[in-house]
Parts: sequence; structure tokens; C-alpha cells
Amino acid sequence: MFNYTVRRVLQSIPILFVVLTLVFIVVRILPGDPAVAALGDYASKEAVNALREKMGLNAPLWLQYLRFIADLLRGDLGVSTITGYPVSSQIVRVLPYTLELTFSAIVLGYIFGVPLGISAAVRRNSFVDYFNRIFSLIGLSVPAFYLGILLILIFSIKFPIFPVVGGGDLSNLSDNLKHLFLPALSLALIMTAYITRMTRSSILDILREDYVRTARSKGVADRIVLYKHVLRNALIPIVALGGLYAVVLIGSSVMVEIVFSRPGLGKLMVGAIKQRDYTTLQSVMVLYTVIVVIINLLTDLIYKLIDPRIKYD
Amino acid sequence: MPTEMTQRQRMWSAFIRNRTALVGGLLALTIILIAIFAPWISPFDPLEQDPYFRLMGSNSKHWLGTDDFGRDVFSRIIWGSRVSLLIGVISVSLGMIVGTAMGMVAGYFRGKVESIIMRGVDILMCFPDLILAIAVTAALGSNLFNLIITIGIVMTPRFARLAHGSLLSLKESEYVLAAQAIGAKAPRIIVRHIFPNIFGELLVAGALWVGVAIRLEANLAFIGLGVQPPTPTWGNMIREGVDVLINAPGISVYSGLSILITILSFNLLGDGIRDMIDPRLRGE
Repeated sequence: MFNYTVRRVLQSIPILFVVLTLVFIVVRILPGDPAVAALGDYASKEAVNALREKMGLNAPLWLQYLRFIADLLRGDLGVSTITGYPVSSQIVRVLPYTLELTFSAIVLGYIFGVPLGISAAVRRNSFVDYFNRIFSLIGLSVPAFYLGILLILIFSIKFPIFPVVGGGDLSNLSDNLKHLFLPALSLALIMTAYITRMTRSSILDILREDYVRTARSKGVADRIVLYKHVLRNALIPIVALGGLYAVVLIGSSVMVEIVFSRPGLGKLMVGAIKQRDYTTLQSVMVLYTVIVVIINLLTDLIYKLIDPRIKYD
Repeated sequence: MPTEMTQRQRMWSAFIRNRTALVGGLLALTIILIAIFAPWISPFDPLEQDPYFRLMGSNSKHWLGTDDFGRDVFSRIIWGSRVSLLIGVISVSLGMIVGTAMGMVAGYFRGKVESIIMRGVDILMCFPDLILAIAVTAALGSNLFNLIITIGIVMTPRFARLAHGSLLSLKESEYVLAAQAIGAKAPRIIVRHIFPNIFGELLVAGALWVGVAIRLEANLAFIGLGVQPPTPTWGNMIREGVDVLINAPGISVYSGLSILITILSFNLLGDGIRDMIDPRLRGE
């Protein structure tokens, strides 16, 4: 396991490197001059040029690239071209909001999704199963931001229980939870749909296995077959695919943050695009991809940990 | 080939008997027809403004009311289906063609070719769909053509991975080995023997991913990176509707519902076809 972990971590490094390069390239081909964006359309040529010089934009591309990588390695994310504040402090300010949102959605998704999926699989083709299939298909189809709007309409406008906008005060738990509830619910419902569906199908797969039939024919009680033979094996894909869904969720969280005007990475990124704040955009994209690379790495490691049969060569 | 027709007939009757696929297929077909015949079905010009009748609720003249410019919401929803479907179907087809070719070439030739192609796929998959799409649209600019390219780029690695995986599992199968043994060349084996056997799987994924593509377009439009106004698109309409959510919730609710139903229809279709072609579920 140790060797595998080391090898897998080493494998991620070149991937991360290419991904960072790609981010660098994408941000360079964005239209518009960041210096003009920072100074406004009526700035003098000299002022724009001076700022470009200061931002390092007049340097040749390869030098800019080297500086970009060197800065990242030192943990320096640069200074926002619009606000003049360090990007890292902006990220540190909003990151907890994004993390609490995605984390609570994943946890709620598993809490609701796994039991729903089990009940559907066990009573296959029953009313419960039928209802579950419809529910999860709708959950797979609905855009997160639309679900958010519907929740706002019901719980903030029709019945004004929850606040519509903002992220709440992080130091005030009840205020924070109040602001978290609707956004987290929008994502959690979608997550539940994914997990219900996956749990159902992986349990159905296992139920077809020979060892389940053997256990039953030995006279093992249904409940014990379910818990000891079926669930334990079905959990492997359920846990492993969680990583994949976490990546999907990161995308949806961007939309939810925008609908609810919640501070967060997604809102920071979209704001940066609109203001042509290229340093911020670049850093947020770097952060997103680093998160995905880490999630993929962890997923593989967990997979290996819970299923000793898997061998990688 | 006497079995050709019966095979097709068998698939057809399975399709009719599979309620999920049938409902999804009919729904999708209806929406496609609505998109094609939009100019004849919609009661009003989607761009025609009537400043005296802004933000009206549902009434006998404007079934779903009017928006902030006094434009007929029902007509705009009908026209909006065009952008969603066009982008959804064409970008997925694009991704399917390019991605499948990449995946099959990688899987068949292995070695260096495979590692280059599949590492590229891994790298593209490191970006969450929406993040990649936002960055690429921001770089290219938002118009119909660029959005199709953007979403096509997002779809390509998915198809490459799928085709690659399926091909690897079929490559050692007996009929491929037999074809190799009698001296069939690689292109022939890929096109004649392997492709027909993974086509069903690709089609299922394609149907499901049209839904993903449509949702991606709606997301971009909601952020303001979609096809630019005044072109009616569902995502644009939801965004415009949010500003008047308290007075005229219908604009956002109905446009969102159209997106939901459209994506749902493709998901039902994909799900149904999967049940049909999955041999494990056959005959149950």
C-alpha cells in the first residue's frame, strides 16, 4: 500500500504540471488587456504600459510562464489586478463557504441516498423502486441553479423562512446555518439522486453474484445476506464513485453560489472573468484543478484500501 | 444476411415495450419537432416588444405571460428550444466522433500512441466540466458556434475514455482474434468488428450526455456567457426572470421547467436503451 501510494502521488505530479500549463495558456488567450481592465478604457497609453510592465506582461511568454510556476511553488498566488489585494487572502476568505457547502451536500447525499438506494434495490420493481427511479432521474436532470431558484421561491419568497442572499457570518453558527440551508439543500438533493441511483444499481449487480445465491441456499437469513454479503461489496463502488460525484458537485456549486449570491470560489471565478481580473481567475482555476487532482488521488487510494483484490501494475 | 431485418425488428419491438425508452423517445421527438416548427407554432414573434403589457401573468392572449420587455414568454420558450437542442445534439455528436476515434485508436495501437492520447484525456478530465467550459467560452467569446465547440471539447474526453475502455474489453474477444488470424487489417477490425459492438454503449452515453450538454449551456447562459440576448434561450430567460422573480416568477419557472423536461427526456431515452441492450437485464 505504501509503495502504491508513493507511486500514485508521483504519477499525479506531471499531470498537475500539464494542467497548470493549460491554465496558464487559457488565461493568456483570454481577450482584452488586463492592464486596460484595471485602469479603465480612458487610461493613457503610458499608464497602461507602465502597469503592464509592473504586472510583468511585457516580458516574453516563457519568462511569464517561469514566473507563474515559480510563484506557485512558493505558494504566491499574486495580487488581484482589480482590487490590488493578494489573491490568496481573497481565496482564504471565501474558501470556507465553498467547503461547507460542498461538504454538507456530500454528507447529506450519502445519508439520504444510500438508504433510498438500498430500499429500491431490495424491493425491485415495487412502488418504492418506481418512485425512487423517478426521483433520481429528475435529480439527475435538474440544473442546480434552477433547483436553487425554486427553493428561493418557496422558502424565501412564498414562505419567508430562509434568507435569499449572502453567506452569513461564519462566526455566528445559527446565522451561518440559516444561510447554508437552501444552497446546501439544492446540491444535496442532486447528490442524493446520484447516490440513490448508484447504490441501487451496484446492489442489484451484487445480488446477481453466485456467492449471494450460495449464502441464501445455505439458509442464511435475508437480512444477514444483505448486510454481510451484499452491502459490504456494494460499498466499494459507492465510496469510490463518491470522488467522481464530488468533482461534479464542484461544478454545480459554482452555479449555486451565483444564484444565492454566496461568497465562494465559484462566485470569485465568475466575478474575475467579468472584471477581467486575470490573476484571480488563474489562481482560482489552479485551485480547482489541484482539488480535482487530489480528489482523484484520494479516490484511487480509498479504492485500493477498501478492496484488497485490486492490483495495479 | 437474412437476420438483418429480424434483428432490427426485434430492437424496435423491444423499444416499444420498454416504457422508459418509449416515453423518453416520444418526449424528445416532440421537443425536436417543436424546435423545428417554432416559427409556425409560436403565437408571437419572440423578439416583438409590447411596452404596454410588461410582466403580465398568464392570460388568454399571452398563455405564460410576458417578460420585462413585454415579449411573449410562451413564444420565447418555444424558440428557446432551438438553441438548447442545437447545442446539445451537435456538440455531443462532435465529441462522440472525435472522442470515439481517439479512444479507439489509443486502445487498438497501445504503446506510445495510447499513453499520449489517454494522458491528454486524463488532463482534460482534471477540469470540472463547468470550469473548463467557462474558461474556454470566456477565451473564445460566446456565440452559437463557439459554444458548440466549447461543449464539444468538454464532451470529447468522456467519449474517448468510454470507447477506449470498451475497446480494450473487446480486443481480446474471440471474434476479434479470429479476424486477426485470417489477416484482417487494423482499420477493418476497428470499423467492422469492434465499432458495431460498442455503438450501442456509445449511443446510450450520447443520449445521456446530450442532457449534460444542454444543462451546461443553460449554466453558461445563466452566468451570462451563453448566446447573447436578444436571442431567446432558456438559460438567458431564467437569468432575466430572476431579476423579476417576486413580480413574475413564471418567466424563470417555466423556462427552467422546459430545460428540466428536455434533459429528463434524453435521460429517460438513454436509460431505457441501456436496459434494452444490457444483456444482464434482458428477459427479466
